Amino acid sequence: MTEEHLLKGWEEFEPGATLFSFEGKPDQEVHHENNSVQHSVADWRVDKPVHNKEFCIDCQFCWVYCPDTSIIPDVDDKGKGIFGHIDYKHCKGCGICVDVCPTNPKSLLMFADHLPVEEALRQWPEKEEKK
Amino acid sequence: MEQNRIVWDGNMAASQAMRQAKIDVVAAYPITPSTPIVQNYSQFVADGDVDGEFVMVESEHSAMSACVGAASAGGRVATATSSQGYALMIEVLYQASGMRLPIVLNAVNRALAAPLNIHGDHSDMYLGRDAGWINMVANNPQEVYDLNLCAFKIAEDYSVRLPVAVNQDGFLVSHTTEALNYLPDDEAYKFIGDYKPHNPMLDPEKPVTYGAQTEGEWHYEHKMRHEHAMYNSFGVIEKVLAEYKELSGREYKFVETYQVDDAEEIIICMGSVAGTTQLAVDKLRAEGKKVGLVSVRLWRPFPKEELAKYLGKTKTITVLDRSAPLGSTGALYNEVAAVMVDNGYNAVLLNYVYGLGGRDMTIDHLTEIFNSAKECSDAGKRVKPLIQTINLRGKELSFY
Repeated sequence: MTEEHLLKGWEEFEPGATLFSFEGKPDQEVHHENNSVQHSVADWRVDKPVHNKEFCIDCQFCWVYCPDTSIIPDVDDKGKGIFGHIDYKHCKGCGICVDVCPTNPKSLLMFADHLPVEEALRQWPEKEEKK
Repeated sequence: MEQNRIVWDGNMAASQAMRQAKIDVVAAYPITPSTPIVQNYSQFVADGDVDGEFVMVESEHSAMSACVGAASAGGRVATATSSQGYALMIEVLYQASGMRLPIVLNAVNRALAAPLNIHGDHSDMYLGRDAGWINMVANNPQEVYDLNLCAFKIAEDYSVRLPVAVNQDGFLVSHTTEALNYLPDDEAYKFIGDYKPHNPMLDPEKPVTYGAQTEGEWHYEHKMRHEHAMYNSFGVIEKVLAEYKELSGREYKFVETYQVDDAEEIIICMGSVAGTTQLAVDKLRAEGKKVGLVSVRLWRPFPKEELAKYLGKTKTITVLDRSAPLGSTGALYNEVAAVMVDNGYNAVLLNYVYGLGGRDMTIDHLTEIFNSAKECSDAGKRVKPLIQTINLRGKELSFY
């Protein structure tokens, strides 16, 4: 069966092209097939951001500014909010997180999407001296 | 039912029907000649006669956008506009119908600029023709009131869920004060019923996205679902109008007719000119002439089958279009011509472009049109130009 045969016919839609986020109640967190959580947009990306925890001060600027909720925060042992990880399934590589990162050198930098993270960390620049 | 008799113009009739419908949100930007609808409604809000929200926005584009937001959030919503405001709304009119939101729009028809003109013609109604709204035409203030109440009930029916525009002629209906009957508040509200939201955005238990993008593999299906709802609405409109007749004693049909049974020359038109044409028919009938009138009440969806019932036996049909088609025959003419072809009818067809920017159309003008049509009937073929003008200054202007 081709993919075309799996698509719905006109009479099967809700009126108004509405889409739903969850199957059942939202707190059960069973995502509807239409929910963007279910769909990777990784191939929209040319460059990807890489995080270097050696320089990160957990200011959370990247979490605030990311337009696609792709910076996933975490909590440390003391209950403090920290940088968790990057959601590479939904990050579109816009680079805003890198732009707003205040550290020197930056704790987030853009690298070619195919470059392994370990290799990116080896290529990390030195601290930039102020002139 | 016992009804109150009162003197209202078309605008007040619309405002009062909106008041009785207990609307949740009215978002509007006033424009002549529909301004009094919004003004009256804001007075009801200020006086505490209604408890809904009145949102004064910065443009008609914003007005319809706020209506779309409020309707998708799950409220009963209405607004009013005219002409340039209607034109500015047009992008959002397509959004409202595509999202299947049962908004009611009072469109007080007025000419579109340039040149700027505040008086009535149908160029704004024709502009919104393909926007996916149900369009009804009210020919006097009584009809404005009645069709407004019916519009909410039609729009909100689950098998329809489409926005409805109630059109009335700028000034000729909107500012003409006439005696009319209206229902008691509780009876009017009971007729419309409580608003039943469908997939409202403000339901945290069932989050929903409105206005999603659909590319090639989805768009066609959604549009055809909309198309299907449009055709579904014929049955619902018929049912609602029948219920309203039961309640009020006033009957409305998809197309209204006058003296058509044995008519040899028929005029087909929309809007307030129907009343004048009725008087012209009376005058000519008194002279023994077999003339008749068909007034189209439902502009979209277009009642092809209803209209066909009256056009099979007549000799000449003259269609009046109150908007400059600018390069072809008028939009109403085209609908009528299609019905003739679909049914294999072969009366002579004539088209008049009339009444632009509020230009008068009197009984004498309509008599002249009927007499001109009679010449075609007698000849058994079209001996007049296809597209003609009436009450236009300057050298005679016609096309084809």
